[in-house]
Order: sequence, then structure tokens, then C-alpha cells
Amino acid sequence: MPALTEALISLLIVLGGVFGLVGSFGLIKLRDTMQRLHGPTKATTLGIGCVLIASMLYFIAVKGSVSFHELLITLFLFLTAPITANSIAKTYIIRNVGKKELPATGRRHGWSVYEDPPGAPESQPSPDVRAEA
Amino acid sequence: MIRRLIPHPLLSIVLALVWLGLVNTVTLGNLLLGAFLGLVVPMFTAPYWPNRPKLRRPLVAARYILIVLWDIIVANVQIAWIILFKRNADFRSHWINIPLELHSPEAITVLAGTITMTPGTVSAMLSADGRSILVHCLHTEDPDHERDRIKQRYEQLLKEVFA
Repeated sequence: MPALTEALISLLIVLGGVFGLVGSFGLIKLRDTMQRLHGPTKATTLGIGCVLIASMLYFIAVKGSVSFHELLITLFLFLTAPITANSIAKTYIIRNVGKKELPATGRRHGWSVYEDPPGAPESQPSPDVRAEA
Repeated sequence: MIRRLIPHPLLSIVLALVWLGLVNTVTLGNLLLGAFLGLVVPMFTAPYWPNRPKLRRPLVAARYILIVLWDIIVANVQIAWIILFKRNADFRSHWINIPLELHSPEAITVLAGTITMTPGTVSAMLSADGRSILVHCLHTEDPDHERDRIKQRYEQLLKEVFA
């Protein structure tokens, strides 16, 4: 393997490690759950991206074959990361954030955690929401 | 007839490609199996996708993907910088309410995902009628500017893509 490729792959792996470390450090450093969510959804994405590019380069340069697994990992990551973050955020809001702390929607219907969608059958609000109200 | 057989051509192609990627080698057998999956899965899942939107402007979609990829790289560097060098006391976190002009659930899902992956913002939830999205901003001096940026940079393009 030529030295230049080797250097590039090493650089990408180290860079990926650094971003992963910073993202994890953010989990310790930031103060509340919503702020901490920003670390793993972003800093780690690029970290994993760097490692995946390094892996693809390695397979092309050393094994002489193109590997598609990395592209799939990227695809699945982009599909799952926002959904995970969204679920965590919603859970956090239900348990810890009151209706009044959020900005108003500016329309007839409030946020979906506190209100049923229009046209839905009447239902009892969940215990947590009732406690907030 | 063709529409009955292949209700969702794009999904068929994606499924076949994902299958080829999973087995990681392109042989005739794998190609056939991929094509088979691409035919069968959309046929059986079509009832779960009533009134799905058509992807009308593939070029705009490609441009959107490139913009988002670039923003993700910038976002990572920015967030890393903020995490490492900003004192916790200096953070100005905000909740932002973004009124949506998009209607289809698919377009709103893409927008919510984009907001989460790009600089300093995480999408948290929708309003009960699905016409507003709640976004958490890690650090901003001007929440209104942030709202306008998301609307201009992403929502405008998505409106064209899913028009």
C-alpha cells in the first residue's frame, strides 16, 4: 500500500476518533438532556463518517475490491439517528417540560404531547400530562 | 398493469441496491434475488402507503442532499468547537416554533431529520395538527434568524421536491 494512502487512511481514522471523543465529552459537559442530545446527533456522525470513508479506502487500496457495507451503514445511521433523538426529546418533554415553558404554536392546536390531533376520539390525558396541567 | 406490478419504482430500485450492498458481491444470483425483493416488498407494503407523494424534481432532491451533507460537516465542526471551548454559562439555548408550509408526512419527516442532523438544532415534536415543528437550539443569539434560516435553506427546497 502506498505511503500516501496509508497516511490518508490513518488521518481519517484519527479524525473519526477525535470527533467521537468530542461528542462523548459533550455528554458529560453539557448541562441538560436537550443540550446533551446535540452531541451524539452531530459530532459522532462525522466521526463515524470518517471511519467509514477510511474503511472504504482501505478495501479499495489493499483488497482491490469496493465494499458497499459502509454506504449502507451511513444510510441506516442517517435514518435512525434523528428518530432516536426525536424519541428522547419527546420523552424528556413529557416528563420534565411544562406546557408554559415551550413557545406557543401560534395556531389553534397546541403541541402534540399535550393535545390530541384534531378529529381524534376523546381520550383521557396521560397521568404525566395531567400533572403538568 | 405495470403500476399494479411495480407500485413504487423508486422503492424497488432502493431495495435491490440495498440487497446488493448487504451481500457485498454482484453476481447474477444476487441480482435476481435483489430484483425479486424489489418487486415483492413494494407489492405487499403498498396498502400501507396511501397517497404517498411523488418525487417530482430529482435534480432538486440531489441538490438538497448535497447541501445537507455539506451542512452536516460544518455542523460537526461547529458543535465540536462549542462543546470544547464554550463555557456552560455562556450557552443560550432556545426552543423555537417553526410554522410549516409542508403538508405531506414524508416531507415533514425529511425536514425533521435534516433539522436534527444540521448545525445546532434538534427537532423535538410537532403540533397536534402537524402544522408546526418544535426545535431545540443549542446556542443562538437570535432565534428568529435561526427559524428563517431553516425555512429558507431547507423548507423551500423540500417544497419544490415534494410539490
